[in-house]
Amino acid sequence: MSKGTTNVTQIKRTESTAIGGDFITFRLAEQLLGIPVLEVHDVLASQKITPIPLAPHAVAGVLNLRGRIVTAIDLRARLGLSARKADEKPMSIVIEHNGEPYSLLIDKVGEVLSLTAEHFERNPVTLDACWQSVSSGIYRLDGELLVAVNVDRLLDFAVAAAA
Amino acid sequence: MDDLLSEFLTETAESIDVVDVELVKLEQDPNNKSVLDNIFRLVHTIKGTCGFLGLPRLESVAHASENILGKFRDGALEVTPEAVSLILASLDCIKGILAGLSATESEPVGDDSELIGQLNAYAAGGTALAPKVKAATPPPAPQQELDRPLKPGEVSLDELEAAFQSAPGPQEAANEAPAHDEDATAKDNGSRAGSEAQIAVQSIRVNVDLLEDLMNMVSELVLTRNQLLQILRRQSDSEFSAPLQRLSQCTTELQEGVMKTRMQPIGNAWAKLPRVIRDLSVELRKKIDLQMVGADTELDRQVLELIKDPLTHMVRNSADHGIEMPKERAAAGKPETGTIRLNAFHEGGHIIVHVSDDGAGLNVAKLKKKIVSNGLASEAEVAEMTDQQVQRYIFHPGFSTAEKVTNISGRGVGMDVVRSNIEKIGGTIDLKSVEGRGTTFVIKIPLTLAIVSALIVKCGNERFAIPQISVLELVRASGNSEHRIEHIKNTPVLRLRDRLLPLVDLHDVLDVARDDEAAEADREEFIVVSQVGSFTFGIVVDRVFDTEEIVVKPVAPILRDLQAYSGNTILGDGSVIMILDPNGIAATTGSAMGDSDQVSESDVVAIDSEGRKETMLVFRAGTDTPRAVPLSLVARLEEIPVENIEFSNGSHVVQYRGQIMPLVMVDEGCVMKREGRQSVIVFTDRGRTMGLAVDEIIDIVEDRVDVELTSDRTGIIGTAVIAKRASEIVDVSHYLLKAFGDWKKGARVETQDGANGRRVLMIDDSDFFRNLLKPLLTAAGYRVASAASASDALRMREEGQQFDIILSDIEMPGMDGYELASTLRQDGIWQETPIIALSTHSSPQHVDRGREVGFDDYVAKFDRDALLESLAEQLTKRGKAA
Repeated sequence: MSKGTTNVTQIKRTESTAIGGDFITFRLAEQLLGIPVLEVHDVLASQKITPIPLAPHAVAGVLNLRGRIVTAIDLRARLGLSARKADEKPMSIVIEHNGEPYSLLIDKVGEVLSLTAEHFERNPVTLDACWQSVSSGIYRLDGELLVAVNVDRLLDFAVAAAA
Repeated sequence: MDDLLSEFLTETAESIDVVDVELVKLEQDPNNKSVLDNIFRLVHTIKGTCGFLGLPRLESVAHASENILGKFRDGALEVTPEAVSLILASLDCIKGILAGLSATESEPVGDDSELIGQLNAYAAGGTALAPKVKAATPPPAPQQELDRPLKPGEVSLDELEAAFQSAPGPQEAANEAPAHDEDATAKDNGSRAGSEAQIAVQSIRVNVDLLEDLMNMVSELVLTRNQLLQILRRQSDSEFSAPLQRLSQCTTELQEGVMKTRMQPIGNAWAKLPRVIRDLSVELRKKIDLQMVGADTELDRQVLELIKDPLTHMVRNSADHGIEMPKERAAAGKPETGTIRLNAFHEGGHIIVHVSDDGAGLNVAKLKKKIVSNGLASEAEVAEMTDQQVQRYIFHPGFSTAEKVTNISGRGVGMDVVRSNIEKIGGTIDLKSVEGRGTTFVIKIPLTLAIVSALIVKCGNERFAIPQISVLELVRASGNSEHRIEHIKNTPVLRLRDRLLPLVDLHDVLDVARDDEAAEADREEFIVVSQVGSFTFGIVVDRVFDTEEIVVKPVAPILRDLQAYSGNTILGDGSVIMILDPNGIAATTGSAMGDSDQVSESDVVAIDSEGRKETMLVFRAGTDTPRAVPLSLVARLEEIPVENIEFSNGSHVVQYRGQIMPLVMVDEGCVMKREGRQSVIVFTDRGRTMGLAVDEIIDIVEDRVDVELTSDRTGIIGTAVIAKRASEIVDVSHYLLKAFGDWKKGARVETQDGANGRRVLMIDDSDFFRNLLKPLLTAAGYRVASAASASDALRMREEGQQFDIILSDIEMPGMDGYELASTLRQDGIWQETPIIALSTHSSPQHVDRGREVGFDDYVAKFDRDALLESLAEQLTKRGKAA
């Protein structure tokens, strides 16, 4: 493993909950998003990523995580946001989907929040179609909104390819 | 110890354990047929193998117990505790002998006549002196355990006494029994484990998955070791160096050890070949000597499995096309007996296999003509080619010597398929052929698929791995060196030893930006000369690093569509790199190279489908699975207004062309339409018509029909892929029977004279028709055997099988019906057997030719009436003559 890696957290995955529960928050171009904590295997600092020529736009490359080859998905590209500036190093959240490990590149990881159903809202119908497809809903926080990301839909590659 | 013997010991020990358990089951459930069959089969196998290995003592004991089991099976003897005890005693005796056998490699001396006598006495009379048996058996424990369950109602005096003596109260006695039982089982297990350990010590069976896992773990270990060594190299004076060296050594040995567990001698893949060659030489009337050198060369079992078929195919090819007839050979001044030589050896981490023959070699002029006529290259291009280039075209998809498709090598499988099979496992194939002198195929395959050696190259800012096996050589090109990349209308080429090598720039293939550091003129470029099949091309890269051992890992699903990569891997320094697939690169660069996998696949289909096409009517009824019947069996398709369908005598009927036509549903799940029109497929058979009610007629498709799975559902012959969909083939005779149940019985009486258990041999290369005709003939009272080809039939003749009549197809791959008939008429035990030709062509010329070569009658394939009539006629004729 390369030197820069810090394990902020490492949690065993049990099962995900529907509405409410614990979320790991992260930011993408100032927007606050969250992924159910139970889905997350690892949170890593910036990693050395090998880009793959010809790969789909959202695929940033592959990286070596303790001897496993992990596919890195750039969430900015996946969600149609502008590219990160060259000097901004992404962090990654490692999740597993259909037995394959994926690393989601994000700007900055936040904290773990316990969210309840009373703050939950469905996606506003006017939300961008790409975001609609990957967001399972919105939580109203103090002074900010959090987009709950559905990991399975995020990594549904038929949709990803179209996006 | 002899391999054969140790294998026998392991296997027999396993079988005996199974029999032990099964016998106890049988005792408790004496009517369980499947348990009994299983026991019988295992004991029979033990007996048979003993006989084969020359172990008379074992054989006689096994034989005697098999006798009793046989009587059980036939119902002549009842399964009693005494009988089971006897058999168990004989098993113990067998175990004893096996133990002796594994210790000394020969049967221990001993006298089993008492036991055998008891077994035989029991088999004959159904009684044996039980106490005597007990005395003869070494461990008495199992019997005690086994005697008990069968005495649910009665308790023997001995036992009562024992219970009274050992237990003061009734409650404790009840507890005592199971405890005793356990004790007995434990003892039994103990002794069994002991003897097993002795027997199985030579080899154990291990699940292949476990080996596979081990291999993966070792691969990881090797990579980690490489990483460590790389770190060590950077540190001049480290205290880690000594232990790391040791670790490195151990890892290497471990890797070799684990690899060895998966290694098998290549001779295993050759084992069938002598027989294949023997049969071929008989069939082709050629004299062929098969020499096999290096059969003990070992390679990974996974690789072995994958090259088995290509190798067999190539040897068949050599025998069929390579070796000439004895006369031709004599005329050419060669010995009459041709030689096919297989030679396998290790070379630099690869296995090289040569398949050579001293036959006619490839005719370059003929090949050239073929290349042009198949449109693979223009005449001008062909004229420029070297002989070897021309010869390599036999690996080209779409290059099949179709005019000479024979049973032996022409099964729709050409050398292109052989090539692609070998390339699939990262191997290469090439040939050398001298006209009149023979042909040598050279196959180069990796030792194992798990770890491959790869060349690491750089393109743009990234590194990539290219599997070493596809790399021929490396060329350094720069503006002022001997090798210079030249361009023809932007197409880069390289002069390499007086030839132009087409180049592919990896930057373009991968769409990677070039390094702009160096000026265009004096930029250095490296060219990796690669070979994909017979196509050689250069891949232009920025730099070439070292070669490294890598473990190929599959890419993530999202990347699987990318043709350029065959996998990815983690290098010694911990970084992940992509493994390039030269095949895919050649394919992505366009059709100019004409060697892409896609092309070969579609060509394979084309070749295949030229084989045998059936026109099928595809319809839907009940389920979503399409169903199909051969169109040739269908009389008409009708749409009948629902109001015309009547219900009479428990079934649907309709008035149709002045007759009452019964309507049959395909299966119970289907329902007749309530309104509108009902689609009906009309079949005619012996002047009767029957309608099969279906939901919808889908299509009429001409396709090759391979019935792949014989269904055990009534009314379905099997499943076949028709128009790329799995379809169920409907057994029409089943529905005819359903519609005319009574009438068919009449029909059976009608043909009974002639049929009545007469043996019919049906020879047809189409599974489909064999499956179709067999029920019909069986229903008419014949006993039907079938053969898939003329050679199969000839084999049956050699085996001495007798038939009353033979039905043979005319158009068959390999030896056709005419040839078969004339062969049969020449000599042999079928010389007098009547032969009826079955053919789709029944023109007078065909019929005449048929009679000439010895067919007694000639029947159109789909004419059931004529077939049955002809069978009866021929058989009665023969009957009178005899």
